[in-house]
Amino acid sequence: MIATLSFYAFAAVLIASAVMVVTSRNPVHSVLFLILAFFNAAGLFLIAGAEFLAMILVIVYVGAVAVLFLFVVMMLDIDFAQMREGFQRYAPIGAIIGGILLLELFMVVTVWRFAPEAAALRLNPNPEGVTNAEALGRILYTDYIYLFQGSGIILLVAMVGAIVLTHRDRPGTKRQDVGVQVARAGTVSVRSVPTGAGLKEIGIERPPSPDDEKPRQVEHQHGGHH
Amino acid sequence: MAVSLAHFLTVSAILLVLGIFGIFLNRKNVIVILMSVELILLAVNLNLVAFSAALGDLTGQVFTMFILTVAAAEAAIGLAIVVIYFRNRGTIEVEDISTLKG
Repeated sequence: MIATLSFYAFAAVLIASAVMVVTSRNPVHSVLFLILAFFNAAGLFLIAGAEFLAMILVIVYVGAVAVLFLFVVMMLDIDFAQMREGFQRYAPIGAIIGGILLLELFMVVTVWRFAPEAAALRLNPNPEGVTNAEALGRILYTDYIYLFQGSGIILLVAMVGAIVLTHRDRPGTKRQDVGVQVARAGTVSVRSVPTGAGLKEIGIERPPSPDDEKPRQVEHQHGGHH
Repeated sequence: MAVSLAHFLTVSAILLVLGIFGIFLNRKNVIVILMSVELILLAVNLNLVAFSAALGDLTGQVFTMFILTVAAAEAAIGLAIVVIYFRNRGTIEVEDISTLKG
């Protein structure tokens, strides 16, 4: 009973916030409603019995993706009033296509059934007596290890791609240039020197640095002699 | 009465249609279009989790996790492209993005 009531509450808030995401005038409000939608979807996941995915949804989506959206929306200086032009122009065709799609989906949902042998064809039946996270970990790190590693590579490529796309060189910054350092010839040499000898005794010439040129100022505190 | 599979499928269908409607409605703002794509992927995830719970099969939840990964990567790359496009052009209107001719 409580599960049913909370399902309806979560579903109502989820759909209402999804409507607000789509129709909100300010994109910042859209992002905030998107965060609310993700929270309520996590609640629906909990009701369905997928606790681990609910937590992942809150951490990954609310903590990373939605904050990334918020960051970009606030960083770009966009004229939002100009963005609203053509809102009414595209609304009717969107409503028509959405209505047709919704009607078709409801027709599918009402007449659809499980095949009688569906229970026997399960690939990874839910084990008894273990938590959802443990059951997921048992199959994720064994049967699906290559897909798991592949998704890690996808994240790595996405990270490198995002850095390469948004990184820019500013003129005027001083930075180490390895190629110039390696190609430099003649100004640096290595010599074998006797120990204990000074540089001038051996004959190694150094370019004078500005600190050496300055004679030391010695203050005569006692003045001249009488 | 427990929550049945049809409840989840109905919510997920409404969410999917709202995402598609959002793409049509916000033809100018790329960021809201990306948010609509996130809504569509959320509907797909909800469908997979509901079927996984109804059948007692964990495969759907594993698949949902991979979809979450790909969706996060897609959001990062898409927002990076939006940022660099705004830096070059000063606008993010979709109708202006017609110079990518291959």
